[in-house]
Amino acid sequence: MKSLPMPTGKDIRHALLTGLWFMFLTFPLLVIKVDPTEQTVTWRWANLLWVGGASAAVALTCRLLAAHRAARAERLRRMPDQASPHFPKPPLLFRPERLLPLSAIAMLFFLAFPLVFSTYQVNIMTTALMYVILGLGLNIVVGFAGLLDLGYVAFYAVGAYAYGLLHLHFDLGFWVALPIGGLLGALFGILLGFPVLRLRGDYLAIVTLGFGEIIRLILENWGAFSQGPSGIADIPRPGLFGLDMTLDQSLIYQYYLTIAMALATVFVVNRLRHSRIGRAWFALREDEIACQAMGIDKTAIKLTAFALGAAWAGMAGVLFAAKTTFINPASFTFLESAIILCIVVLGGMGSITGVVLAALILMLLPEYLRALAEYRMLVFGAVLVIMMIVRPRGLMSPPRQTYSPSR
Amino acid sequence: MEYFLELLFSGLTRGAIYALIALGYTMVYGIIGLINFAHGEMYMIGAFTALIVSSVLSIYGLPLPAILILAALAAAIWAGAYGFTVERLAYRPLRGAPRLAPLISAIGMSIFLQNYVLLAQTSDFVPFPSLVPEFAFLEPYGAIVDSSGLTILAVSALVMTALTLLIKFTRTGKAMRATAQDRKMALLIGINVDRIISLTFVTGSALAAVGGLLIASHIGQINFAIGFIAGIKAFTAAVLGGIGSIPGAVLGSFVLGLTEAFATGYVSSDYEDVFAFSLLVLILIFRPAGLLGKAAAEKV
Repeated sequence: MKSLPMPTGKDIRHALLTGLWFMFLTFPLLVIKVDPTEQTVTWRWANLLWVGGASAAVALTCRLLAAHRAARAERLRRMPDQASPHFPKPPLLFRPERLLPLSAIAMLFFLAFPLVFSTYQVNIMTTALMYVILGLGLNIVVGFAGLLDLGYVAFYAVGAYAYGLLHLHFDLGFWVALPIGGLLGALFGILLGFPVLRLRGDYLAIVTLGFGEIIRLILENWGAFSQGPSGIADIPRPGLFGLDMTLDQSLIYQYYLTIAMALATVFVVNRLRHSRIGRAWFALREDEIACQAMGIDKTAIKLTAFALGAAWAGMAGVLFAAKTTFINPASFTFLESAIILCIVVLGGMGSITGVVLAALILMLLPEYLRALAEYRMLVFGAVLVIMMIVRPRGLMSPPRQTYSPSR
Repeated sequence: MEYFLELLFSGLTRGAIYALIALGYTMVYGIIGLINFAHGEMYMIGAFTALIVSSVLSIYGLPLPAILILAALAAAIWAGAYGFTVERLAYRPLRGAPRLAPLISAIGMSIFLQNYVLLAQTSDFVPFPSLVPEFAFLEPYGAIVDSSGLTILAVSALVMTALTLLIKFTRTGKAMRATAQDRKMALLIGINVDRIISLTFVTGSALAAVGGLLIASHIGQINFAIGFIAGIKAFTAAVLGGIGSIPGAVLGSFVLGLTEAFATGYVSSDYEDVFAFSLLVLILIFRPAGLLGKAAAEKV
């Protein structure tokens, strides 16, 4: 790696102009602060200098990096023998033959995690693993079948409230609620699936978004049914053959439970991907008309995708209710759906490893960004944008699966 | 009857505001096929800029109409500048990327801008001064029509007419329509597509900012999160009318605004958004491409 080229006069002028533009852009919001009731104005001129300097520096670095990359591409073009072969090998970590040892190491790490780290860390990891399950579930709908679903959190809410309400009214436990939550999720998935069968692309996106909001608003306003915004409290944690557990033990137990669930999800989703249904989903994603021409029942395939995706969200919801022991509608906003969607897209649509990695990164990132205190969500938003610009196909875009006819 | 008229008026006012935001959505979607989730933030930024400018000006003691006009100008200019910058930073590098990448980038931008305003200003609700003077001639109808509502209707009618003229009769408008129809072809006949796309973002953001100013002055308070729900509603309206179609966005907005007003007035105000989204689902079941959208026959 050669060092960056020296900035030319043009680069510096560009950087200065960028700095000036951002100073103009942020002027009212960052510099002036008014108090409308007191009728006072505070001028914060220092902010202006910060913004100008920082944006100019960033612009200069980006420009030099781009020039550097362009120069390298040009060199490679001139000397073709040094250029990479037509099929560049994937980076070291991602080669298929390394998959087994790497996943073994990862497995050991996850199993030993509670022994090494504090309960607080374990708790965060449990949450991250729950998002692995959610991400893989949504991956079925968005990544495999190519149906853009912006209301996935609705099924998560269905699962969580299923457990909460079943416990409240019928005193049912976690293990009974888990399959019921999954089934209810699937049922709601089909319920949503039917009206939207004819819709495509972005129309589908907005209807699913609306569906998610409807579920949340009903939970919020139909107090007699769901206890409204105050939510349901004192939901029991999962039991283990009626053993008495301290809080710490029960949290660690839940951690392992979530790992088991996540592994089961990975297993099932991976098997589904190569099944007849899975291949039909891929066909649907690539070309709806060609898929129908191959004799695939589009309706059935779409509904299966919605139902199976929603079933995982339902089970994750039960898990969530058991983990937090308290649920209210505020946990199931659109932002939640958006984050799960980000996990899928960032991971690389349809890639299981990618989704797992992206879920861990996106969920652990805000936790460890806590050092940045109030700047945490600002950075989170910026990271999403930057990650998409750097890797628009996600962390890992899965290679197209080929099947040999003679097997 | 009076109640009915009051609801009708409030529905029209809502519809006009939705329309101002929905136009930006639908124009951007028409040209680059992106659901611009950061569009609602332009409305919020417009409202905040207007608040700041009007407060500063009122301390210097300018008359109310001058403040209103200057605040609207500032809101439109700065929101336009934000729209331009967001497109340059977050969407332009992703042209040609898979369809969902710009969507995630837009969600990221929306989170970023909300938190930027939260940090730069405040997380609390801020009272917004009433910038519209009380019209004396409305006195007898005070129960039904208020002056800020009337101003919203008048201004949005004006803005929409101007936009229609711009798109129908100017060279730029023609270039915009050409780009929306076929971007590659537009490029081939010498249209600077990048500039047209930037212009679309600037126009859409400025419209949303005017909407933000008007509604903030009508309701009387703002905070950093108002853009989100307004954006979703306006997007719903744009889809309702057939996304990509400008008359569709206006029609969809008024249908949505009236439905919400009557449903909250006659049924229950708790379920306002439920009515909005149920209407959307119902209409899309029967007209999958929206009210005025053309159901494009797909060729193989």
